[in-house]
Amino acid sequence: MGQTVAQKIIARAAHRDTVEPDEVLWVDVDIAMIHDSGGPRRIWPMLTELGVRVLDPDRLVMVSDHYVPAQDVGAAEILQTTRAFAKEFGVTRFHEAQGIAHTLMVEKAYLRPGMLYVGGDSHTCTGGVLGCLALGMGSTDLFGVVATGRTWLRVPHTIRVEIDGALAVGVTAKDLILTIIGDHGMSGGLYRVLEFGGPAIAGMGIQERSVLTNMCAEIGAKTGIIPADDVTVSYLAERGVDVEPGPVSDQDATYAETWRYDATAVEPVIARPHRHDDVVPASEISGVPVGRAYIGACTGAKHSDLVMAAEVLRGRSVAPGVLLQVAPASRGAWEQAIGDGTAATLMEAGAHILSTGCGACPGIGSGVLGPGEVCISTTSRNARGRMGSPDSQVYLGSAYSVAAAAVAGEIVDPRMLMVVPA
Amino acid sequence: MTIIEGRVWKFGDDVDTDVIVPGRYLIGDVPEIARHVMEGIRPGFADLVEPGDIIVAGSNFGTGSSRDVAVKAMLAIGIRAIVAESFARIYFRNCINSGLAPVECPGASVIEEGQRVRIDLLDGKVTVVDTGVVLEAVPLPKEIASILDAGGLVGFMRREIEADHR
Ligand code: SF4
Repeated sequence: MGQTVAQKIIARAAHRDTVEPDEVLWVDVDIAMIHDSGGPRRIWPMLTELGVRVLDPDRLVMVSDHYVPAQDVGAAEILQTTRAFAKEFGVTRFHEAQGIAHTLMVEKAYLRPGMLYVGGDSHTCTGGVLGCLALGMGSTDLFGVVATGRTWLRVPHTIRVEIDGALAVGVTAKDLILTIIGDHGMSGGLYRVLEFGGPAIAGMGIQERSVLTNMCAEIGAKTGIIPADDVTVSYLAERGVDVEPGPVSDQDATYAETWRYDATAVEPVIARPHRHDDVVPASEISGVPVGRAYIGACTGAKHSDLVMAAEVLRGRSVAPGVLLQVAPASRGAWEQAIGDGTAATLMEAGAHILSTGCGACPGIGSGVLGPGEVCISTTSRNARGRMGSPDSQVYLGSAYSVAAAAVAGEIVDPRMLMVVPA
Repeated sequence: MTIIEGRVWKFGDDVDTDVIVPGRYLIGDVPEIARHVMEGIRPGFADLVEPGDIIVAGSNFGTGSSRDVAVKAMLAIGIRAIVAESFARIYFRNCINSGLAPVECPGASVIEEGQRVRIDLLDGKVTVVDTGVVLEAVPLPKEIASILDAGGLVGFMRREIEADHR
């Protein structure tokens, strides 16, 4: 019986030839990531309690992204603890205020095709964009991984998500994944792996692809994966890492389901408050007034997103009464935006630039929402109170849709503001 | 801890960890965080719960952020088990790792708030004490049950370390 790519990666990590769905196994972890929020401040006391240390600091990456820059003394202390942990255990791949963990794991090419990767955050699944099995877990799980290099898992079933066609102008991977989430609901992928493929995927760059794996968290999936192809290989090669394409699923692998989409038919969509699976075409809810527009998060503030926003904002201004905030997903993304003029375009249009980090996305950093505020955001979640007050409202959309709403002062189909070939 | 009995608090589908413990409280420690459990949808919940109570919920309980304080805060207010039609996978793991029993019970929606339920973890049965109705639950695989039995992952690893030294 053929194996899916997820089964192959787990089999290798479990020192087995093959594995079957629903088996519970202990596996070796190739690389782990912890961040300032769920990391050292929660894990260190557990290590101390058991009198054990970090097993292999070279297989650990640490990122301070949730509490940077410190908003108060409590946040500053969390950052101090994180720094002290890196020093105590000799973790050299430690990045403070350099970007959001999921963005950095990809940008810095820490992840390689075929790896079994465990991260202390629910959007760890983003890493599946490089063809690894990227599993998000909580702090206690990460304590176990950090101390022993191992973890347990249940072998998942896989759903094949086959995407035909190509996205039209003004339509993005964000619109595609929101459409999929809208169709299947926020528990539609529960316990299973979403494996993406097809012509539309082959035609997308790594940054756009990563939105698909990132938002697998929003459909309840164990993770998302895009098996490494030529695009992956050249992305890693540009970063000095040589790999072969693959691993890929066998021709006769068994899938729990196959979901088919035609990318050509996808249109700009928006998720309404307070559920990210309440998805409607942007054109259907145009006219909803917004006071805040937020371009941020691992999901929606990569360089490619900043470029999209600039495309809409070029030569235009943010509407009176609207605050457009941009929190780049990494320092690298912002440097690139400065280099190619994107940053200047955003600022000339009136965007307020925040430092890189999670920012307002989890309701922790700069730019959170007050009661009654209505925001359109490139982030991934809009549960009640996620970005601040429980009485605020968050609409989710692509960088095009957020920039367009910032200009219009209300939700619009972003294609209204773009040159779309007839 | 193979039999757990208690009074039921009922919640719906897709209860998000941002609702269980909002991000703005994450800066604090567990006892402080615990005072705010569920406050967005059930203000004052932490004060209503008595030690030994049980949560019953719909599908995809604990979806969203991986914060495992969303489990530790439940333990801190006295919740002893969560029975749900299904769990978000990270929340399920966090329960096991922290020693809070997660009981996957596809028929859980018939249970009503205020009723008492008796859970048999090993047999995979949930009995509604008030009505005598018995519901099937998914029994825990033995590898996972042994972690829960040790009170969570820290206790499990302590057992392993002690076994190595013996
Ligand atoms: S940007 Fe938002 S979704 Fe991404 S890691 Fe930070 S808090 Fe999570």
